[in-house]
Amino acid sequence: MSVTAGLRRYALVNDEIKKELLSKNKAVVNDVNGQRYIGCALDKGKTIEIHGTAGNDLACYLNGGKILLYGNGQDAVGNTMGGGEIIIHGHVGDALGYGMRDGQIYVRDNVCCRGGIHMKEFKDMKPVLVIGSSAGSFLGEYMAGGTIVLLGLHLSPNEKIFGTHCASGMHGGKIFVRGHVPAENISPNIKVSSLTADDKKELNAYVKKYCSCFGEDIEKVMSKPFYKLTPVTSRPYSNLYTSF
Amino acid sequence: MPVNYIPRRFTVIRDRDLCISCGACVRQCSNECHSFTEDGSSVFSNSNSCVACHRCVDLCPTGALRIEKYVCDYRENANWTPQYQQEICRQAETGGVLLSGMGTPKPYPIYWDKILLNASQVTNPSIDPLREPMEIRTILGSKPEKLTVEKKGKSTVKMPPQVVLETPVMFSAMSFGSISLNAQKSLAMAAKNLGTLFNTGEGGLHPDLLDYSDCAVVQVASGRFGVHKDYLNNSRIVEIKIGQGAKPGIGGHLPGEKVNTEVSNARMIPEGSDAISPAPHHDIYSIEDLRQLIWSIKQATGNEKPVSVKIAAVHNVAAIASGCARAGADIIVIDGFRGGTGAAPVRIRDNVGIPIELALAAADQRLRDEGIRSRVSLVAAGSFRCSADIVKAIALGADACYCASAPLIAMGCHMCQTCNTGKCNWGIATQRPDLTKRLNPEIMHERVENLINAWNHEIKEIMGGMGINSVDSLRGNRMMLRGIGLNEKELEILGIMHAGE
Repeated sequence: MSVTAGLRRYALVNDEIKKELLSKNKAVVNDVNGQRYIGCALDKGKTIEIHGTAGNDLACYLNGGKILLYGNGQDAVGNTMGGGEIIIHGHVGDALGYGMRDGQIYVRDNVCCRGGIHMKEFKDMKPVLVIGSSAGSFLGEYMAGGTIVLLGLHLSPNEKIFGTHCASGMHGGKIFVRGHVPAENISPNIKVSSLTADDKKELNAYVKKYCSCFGEDIEKVMSKPFYKLTPVTSRPYSNLYTSF
Repeated sequence: MPVNYIPRRFTVIRDRDLCISCGACVRQCSNECHSFTEDGSSVFSNSNSCVACHRCVDLCPTGALRIEKYVCDYRENANWTPQYQQEICRQAETGGVLLSGMGTPKPYPIYWDKILLNASQVTNPSIDPLREPMEIRTILGSKPEKLTVEKKGKSTVKMPPQVVLETPVMFSAMSFGSISLNAQKSLAMAAKNLGTLFNTGEGGLHPDLLDYSDCAVVQVASGRFGVHKDYLNNSRIVEIKIGQGAKPGIGGHLPGEKVNTEVSNARMIPEGSDAISPAPHHDIYSIEDLRQLIWSIKQATGNEKPVSVKIAAVHNVAAIASGCARAGADIIVIDGFRGGTGAAPVRIRDNVGIPIELALAAADQRLRDEGIRSRVSLVAAGSFRCSADIVKAIALGADACYCASAPLIAMGCHMCQTCNTGKCNWGIATQRPDLTKRLNPEIMHERVENLINAWNHEIKEIMGGMGINSVDSLRGNRMMLRGIGLNEKELEILGIMHAGE
């Protein structure tokens, strides 16, 4: 049995999905037309396969579950997710992975502004965001941990791999960028460096997974050089205040 | 450097006849004001770093110590006061934004002190709360537009989630990080015994407080620290923090120095890293976006928790409150600009926002005018000093009040306004183990309970005097209020008449 979303209200659709998942580990949802909060707080061991355009806050507070989206996502995919996996066969809107603490998100195409904002890591929780093509402005804003991989595949001529103010306020984690890095779009507190052996090992695992999800040729993807963006200091505002 | 003269604020006066050089003051002062002489024979004080927290005064076994305001006169100038000159010196030296703790010390009008309460005489008898039932139980949550009942009288309306409080007083948000775990635990224990709620702030819920999750308001702020599925569900209310009265438009910033192992575990960030919670939630740019976050929390909690939205009292607070109600908030918290804080830029704290009295009256009126007041509960915050302030707030339209500074004072706070330094000698606003152990939750929760129980009784006395036996009859009952020394505009906004009218 599958759930057909159609033009119904999100609450009805989500209730039906939850009911479906009571007895099964996987639910398939067809004809999704922007219904919000699908996969909200989905627990480990459960999978939702979505066909259509998922609405805002897809997989918010994701709790270890898995989301497969065959179509595009909208804003705040993986909002405050605490673990799990989101695979998107398409592109997504703003604030992808807002405050995500663990788990992995793979987006085949582009993401809009503020991707990976407030990403943070904690002990063995390390969030990963892999973006196939380009990202909008403020990628990795306030980023405090985890890894963003930006592959820049299939860019149109003159399209920049990321928009302005990249990594503004970033104070932890790293961003791997493939190919040309538009220096003019990087925030001043960020340094660009080459990858270490450990970085390459880590990156390779993510790229391998991306390629197996979306049918890209890993050798072709890895043939271009990658660069690493990291914050110059983990305490960017340590001298801002004086006690009075 | 000689050009950078900033006189000390206080002088420690030691009565040599009384001092027995026991060294209690030396051990107690985290600001290192007191030291032994080199040969260890006597104790002396260096007043330069004294903040007038009175820890040494309180613990001196012979009462030998006293703190005095240090006065160094400047040439009189009503414009260029010593305060402004000293602040300029400090900024010229450091290039830093001035930072301070607690609410604004500036002498802005306090409308509570310009509002008088009514009492019954002859016609409507007053009630003695010692012998007659007096109801201060408060129920927070969105109320349905109308009630329909079946034949047997049972309601057929599905009620939105409600929270029953045994007092209209709750403890406002103070995160673990800004205050110590012992301080938070004291509030949690007091909340449980009093039948009210404490608030985790945006610092996550420490595992030690899981037993108190039934009386916890958990906050979701822009940094999303410690927010996950179980955190949202281990609560009585989930509160979205948009703003704070002491620093409207400014975010939170817990410096890495305060992020020790325990704080890091609760916030789920690495030890020593800055916890930056900027002013904007970047998924909220509009009322519609706020609605999205509210309903995402409702989805994650199975619609079982009321969702509260906390906003700072700013100029157009009434319209914002209306928007929050329409966005689906069950509770709206309005935090006035005199409210406290662990750290705020001085310029923001002293200049931004409006008093809670005016904000509350305006928001309550606006919601009533629009016919949506029953959709939300209104909680007022921003400096409640005593039970009379609470009664006046309820009569202005509040369902309940948040207070924090008062319970902190019950736990030892002396308003020295240096919470931001992390050296609180009373073990409240600090994470230093040698200081936090000074605050014993087993004792402090009782002091907080005593305070609120005393307030509860005073509230009942005041209500009884008005001839009112239920807090529901006091709510929004502005006929019980009269202004004193207020101009017509102020009376109009407060919606009250002048004394004598």
